[in-house]
Amino acid sequence: MTPVKSKLGLSKPKIDQARKLAAGITSPVQAFIAAHTTVTIERATLRLLGADGANADGVPVPNLIASQCGEKLAGGAASFYLNALVKLDKTPAELNKEIEKGLNLCDIPFTDDKRIQKKADEILKGLDARIAGNVAHRNAKLKAGKGKVKSPMIYVIVATGNIYEDVKQAQAAALQGADIIAVIRTTGQSLLDYVPYGATTEGFGGTYATQENFRIMRAALDEIVEKEGRYIRLVNYCSGLCMPEIAAMGALERLDMMLNDSMYGILFRDINMYRTFTDQFFSRMINTAADIIINTGEDNYLTTSDAVEKAHTVLASQFLNENFAANAGMPNRLMGLGHAFEINPELKNGFLYEYAQAQMAREIFPEHPLKYMPPTKFMTGDIFKGLAMNTLFNFVSKATDQGIHLLGMLTEAIHTPYLQDRHLAIDNALYVHNTMADFMNDIEFKKDGIMARRARQVLDETVEMLAEVKKHGLFAAIETGMFAEIKRPRDGGKGFDGVYEKAPGYYNPVEAYLKKKLKVGK
Amino acid sequence: MFIKPYGDTSDDGAVQLSFTLPVKNSGRAKEAARQYVQKLGFKKAEVVHAAALSEDFTFFVAYGKTDIGLDYDKVEYAEAVDKYMSMDEVNDFIKTHFKRKLVIVGACTGTDAHTVGIDAIMNMKGYNHHFGLERYPMLETYNLGSQVPNEKLLEFARKVKADAVLVSQIVTQKDVHIKNLTELIELAEAEKVRGKMLIVMGGPRVNNKLAKELGYDAGFGAGSYADHVATFVAKKLYERMTGKN
Repeated sequence: MTPVKSKLGLSKPKIDQARKLAAGITSPVQAFIAAHTTVTIERATLRLLGADGANADGVPVPNLIASQCGEKLAGGAASFYLNALVKLDKTPAELNKEIEKGLNLCDIPFTDDKRIQKKADEILKGLDARIAGNVAHRNAKLKAGKGKVKSPMIYVIVATGNIYEDVKQAQAAALQGADIIAVIRTTGQSLLDYVPYGATTEGFGGTYATQENFRIMRAALDEIVEKEGRYIRLVNYCSGLCMPEIAAMGALERLDMMLNDSMYGILFRDINMYRTFTDQFFSRMINTAADIIINTGEDNYLTTSDAVEKAHTVLASQFLNENFAANAGMPNRLMGLGHAFEINPELKNGFLYEYAQAQMAREIFPEHPLKYMPPTKFMTGDIFKGLAMNTLFNFVSKATDQGIHLLGMLTEAIHTPYLQDRHLAIDNALYVHNTMADFMNDIEFKKDGIMARRARQVLDETVEMLAEVKKHGLFAAIETGMFAEIKRPRDGGKGFDGVYEKAPGYYNPVEAYLKKKLKVGK
Repeated sequence: MFIKPYGDTSDDGAVQLSFTLPVKNSGRAKEAARQYVQKLGFKKAEVVHAAALSEDFTFFVAYGKTDIGLDYDKVEYAEAVDKYMSMDEVNDFIKTHFKRKLVIVGACTGTDAHTVGIDAIMNMKGYNHHFGLERYPMLETYNLGSQVPNEKLLEFARKVKADAVLVSQIVTQKDVHIKNLTELIELAEAEKVRGKMLIVMGGPRVNNKLAKELGYDAGFGAGSYADHVATFVAKKLYERMTGKN
C-alpha cells in the first residue's frame, strides 16, 4: 500500500489492527465459501461456457439446465453441458436451441472425463480471449482519451424502464460530461432467481438487467466514445439472487463497473447469508478477471441508521468488503468502496463530519477508487435546497479526491431524473471540479481540530466494532443485528435452498480457470 | 378570495418553469419554447436560459405570467388530524383511553425495496428529531421491512391483532403505487378485515386526499413524522371506540 501522510493524524497501527481484525472475520466465512456452491454459481458457470437463450415460456436456458440437474448441482452443472456438446457434436448455440425445445441434458450418457475436459479447455480458451479482448479494448480507449476523464469520475444514473429510452438519456448525459452511466435495475429484480432474456421496455424504477440490454447500452455508449474520444464506463448491478450470472454477462459484454457488496443482499434484501457470501466470492473472481471495478454499498447503512452515530459501521464494512474482495484475487484499484454524504443538513458542523469521514476513507484506502454517494435521505422536494446540498457534496468529493462521484439530483425524492436534472447536476459538478481543482493539495487540517478528532473517533469505534464482530463471528454478528440494526437468521432469507455443499469430485472448470488466472486459494 | 401567484407584486401571476424540448438548441428552438409557454396559457412568456442536452434535446428556463386566478374559499382539503400531539401526549392519551398498548404493523409493500419511508416513521431513532413509533412505550410495533407482499402483511396484521397497518410506497413510477395500494384495500375487504383495523398509507407522493379516494383511513405525505401518524391512529381508534364515527 502506498504510504500517505495522514493529514488527519490517523494512527497507522490502528488501521493495521482493523485490517487484521477484518481478515480474522472473513477467514471462517471463506472456509464455508470454499466448500459450497449455489444454483446461480452453476448457472453463471453455464453462461460462461455458452449457455444462453430462453424457452417459449421465457425460462432461461441456464435455469432449464439447473432444474434438470436438481440435487446433482452439488457435483457441478458444467459436466452435463460439456458432455452434451461432445456427445451431440454441437456448438453451444445449437445445443441451446435443443435445450429450449426440451432436451434434457441428464438423459445423455456420459462420455469419458478426458473428452469433457478437452471441450472445457477449448471453450475456456475462447472465453479467455473474449474477456482479454474486452479488457484490451477498454484499456486502449482509456489510454487514447487520457486526461479527458474527470477526477473524480462523474457518475449518473438512468432509470426509465425502457432500454431504448435509457439509451437517449445515457447518450445525452455522456455528451454533457458524464464519465460513467449506470442503468438502474427494475425494482424487484434482485429477488428474481433468474435473469430475463432479451431487450426489455417495461420496468419500474429501472430497467431489467439482461445480456441484450447490456449489449444495446454498450453499443450506444461506444458511439459517444468515438465521438468524444473519451471512454464512457457502463455500470450495472451485480447483486441479488443472480449475482454471479450478472457478473458473467458483464464480463462478456464489457461492462466496466458493477455494484457488488458482500453483505448488502443479506441486510437490505433479506437474501440468505450463506448464499450471498458464496455468490459474492464467485462474482468477484469474474469481475476481477474482466477488470471490472466493483462498487460496494456502504451508503445503505446511512439511509437506515444515523450517519453521525453509525459512521463507524461504514468503515467497518469497507474493511470487510476490502478483505472479501482481496480473497477473490481483486487488486485495490478495482475496489470502489462505498460511502455517502447523508448527515442531517440541520446538524451544526455536519459538513465538517462529512469532510472528515471522506478524507479518512481516502487516507485509509489510498489506492481504492472510492465510490461516494450523494445526499438522498434528507432531500425533501425543495429542489433549490437540494441543489445547494449537492454542491457541498461535490465540494467534499473533489476536496478528498474520491474516485467515483455519483452525482446527486436536485429532484431526488420526487421522481426518476429528468433529462435536464442530469444536465444541472453535471454542470454543478464541473463547476466545483474546476474552481477548486488544486484545493486538496493546498489544504491541511488543524491538529486536534474538530475534523481530526472526529476521524480518530470513527476509526476507534470501528476497531471496537470489528473486535466485537470477530469475537462472535460474522454469521452471529449479522444474526444479532450488528450491521445496519437489521437481524437476519443464518438459515432464513431468500435463496437458502439454492446453496449446496460441494459433492466429492465437484467439477467446475470455470472456477478452476478463474482461480488459476487470479492465483486464488494458493 | 381569488388568488394568483405573487412574483414581485400582488397578483402579477408570475410562474417559473423549466422543461426540455426534443429539438436541437437554436434561435428557433428558443422561440418554440416561448410559444409553447404561451400555449400553456401564460400571457407573457420569456425564455431566460437555453442549454443543449444533446444534439436532439434542449433545456429551457422560462417565466410566464398568468391571468388565471383561483377561488381559495372553494378549495377543500381535510387534514388527517387537525392538531397533533407530542410523543408523551400520545402515550398519555393511549394510557388514559385504551388502558392497553396499541399494535401497529408497518411495511413497504409490493416490489418496492425502499424502506426509508417506513423506517423514518417506525425506527426507534426516527427522523429529523422526531422519534419513531418503536420508541413509544404505549405502542407495540412491527416493522416488516421492504418488498412485503400484501397478503403477508394482512396475514401478519391479523396474527398480532393489529390496531393499525401502515403501508409505505416510495417508488411511484408509472403509478405502480396506486395499483399496489388498491390491491391491498381490495384484499382487506375480501378478507373482511377492513373495518377491524386502520389502514394508513405513507410516502413522498401520497397524501390524505389520495388515501380517501382509494379507501384508506388516512395518507401521510412528505414532511410527515411519527407523531403525526401516532396522533391520527390514537385519535381515530378512540373515535371508533366511543362511537363518534
